[in-house]
Amino acid sequence: MERATAQRTAPTGFDVAELRTEFPILARRLGPHPLVYLDSAATAQKPRAVIEAVSRFYSEGNASVARGVHRLSGEATAAYEGARAAVARFLGAANPAQVAFVRGTTEAINLLAATLAERVEAGDEILVTRLDHHSNFVPWQRLASQRGARFVIAECDEEGELPLAEVEGKLSGRTRIVALPHVSNALGTVLPVSEIAARAHAAGALVVVDGAQGAPHLPLAVEALDVDAYAFSGHKTYGPTGIGALWLSPRLARELPPYQTGGGMIRTVGDETTDFAEAPQRFEAGTPAAAEAVGLAAAVEWMARVGIEAIAAHETALAEHAVARLESLDGVRVVGRPARRAGVLSFVVEGAHPHDVGTVLDAAGVAVRAGHHCAQPLMRRLGLPATVRASFAAFNTVEEVETLARAVERARDLFRGGRG
Amino acid sequence: MNELAELYQQVLLDHYRSPRHFGRPAGAEREAEGFNPLCGDRVKVYVDVEEGVIRALGFEGSGCAISTASASLMAEALQGRRIEEFERLFAAFRATVTGGAPDREVDLGKLAALAGVAEFPMRVKCATLAWHALEAALHSPAGGTTVSTE
Repeated sequence: MERATAQRTAPTGFDVAELRTEFPILARRLGPHPLVYLDSAATAQKPRAVIEAVSRFYSEGNASVARGVHRLSGEATAAYEGARAAVARFLGAANPAQVAFVRGTTEAINLLAATLAERVEAGDEILVTRLDHHSNFVPWQRLASQRGARFVIAECDEEGELPLAEVEGKLSGRTRIVALPHVSNALGTVLPVSEIAARAHAAGALVVVDGAQGAPHLPLAVEALDVDAYAFSGHKTYGPTGIGALWLSPRLARELPPYQTGGGMIRTVGDETTDFAEAPQRFEAGTPAAAEAVGLAAAVEWMARVGIEAIAAHETALAEHAVARLESLDGVRVVGRPARRAGVLSFVVEGAHPHDVGTVLDAAGVAVRAGHHCAQPLMRRLGLPATVRASFAAFNTVEEVETLARAVERARDLFRGGRG
Repeated sequence: MNELAELYQQVLLDHYRSPRHFGRPAGAEREAEGFNPLCGDRVKVYVDVEEGVIRALGFEGSGCAISTASASLMAEALQGRRIEEFERLFAAFRATVTGGAPDREVDLGKLAALAGVAEFPMRVKCATLAWHALEAALHSPAGGTTVSTE
């Protein structure tokens, strides 16, 4: 109980036990064990505020957005645009018109790769990082190949950091686009985005940030980062699946051509040509995911209510505690030691494959991710086929870290004497 | 934790730690790679077939305890056996690890140690990876092929 008290008064700034009651799924038991959910980097669980906002939209306000004169359509449009304003506030963006709703980070990056394609010529370069998730790697790799451009990778070091000197060395006068994650989804490294952006801009490149792990774990001031595009996924920030947002700099919002075409993104459609709407509607062809947008707004407003600084401090404290606890176990190694870590960590157990560790943890009610984390280029660099990843959210506790550590110990003992 | 003990039996752990028939046997003309893109497990199966009989069978690759032990136990069970016997054994094995009703006529032998997988549906693909690769190798002309679990 002493630990629980410490947890309440620790640097968290909120009452975790109280907050947990807002998440219906945390009442689930897996056999005899309570659910210990340490896979929020894959998808976060949802507080009641989000579930009810989605349900309320369908129960009371459902209609097509921006497509009718009837009252419900007007309300749905107001709710959808209100959600956009809430997401802009969450991002620290002054102008909601620079925020386009997308399906998630993956769609946002694909949108950018498609709409920036014409700016990339043969012999140009696109710079990504060894820490990128496949979703911020493959679209650029494909674009480079299609345009005859060079695909360049900035390497991380043994600690899982991306040294500024490495980025500087890989930038050139031909670099058109620099794509990087705000936070490594596999190792938890927080990247120095604004420092990298300043160097990329000096070289004349655009900067695209995958904020899938930044948005849930860090307070955001996207304009101060001085990047050109920042994308994140709603479902990792306690919101619904199928919705995310792409923030664009004023210049990109003005200049980028449409991605998909169809309803909702036009001004006038002639027999020969079509006049497209301004941003953000230009990037939102088709009936928008209004209920999901409303759910996402409820999620980011919930985060703001709890306190985003407090959530970030809580998660980092849990991750650092977990690193120390796991490293104290003989035969367990935490992969990467970034100077600044968000609530994500990867580890390996000597002689035990990560999938087997994942199964042993699952049997104890502990949900983690075991695999390559959609970061095969990074796994190759680390010389590992896979790792076990634990990721933390506002609702996790020190006791859960202890349950994790005990289950990892059990896995280690089960496979001890393995092939190592 | 009984399900875990049932899953990670000593036989399985032993074949994981010391896989049998690891490597390409001399004379193996056929090969196929099994790949699980979800987890990255890879197992390559090499087989020498003469007149419908598996003369030699080996494997290589990196994977979890279940996929490695399954490949090792499979290789051990099928040396010198006819292709039709492989088909029957695979059917019975698959039924066992998916919680179905295996043909009682077929003796799984040590492969019965993998029966615990039935309680872990997320791991069935690990258990059958090498088997799918062997099936592809046996049905393809001499040379290589890759099968994916997805």
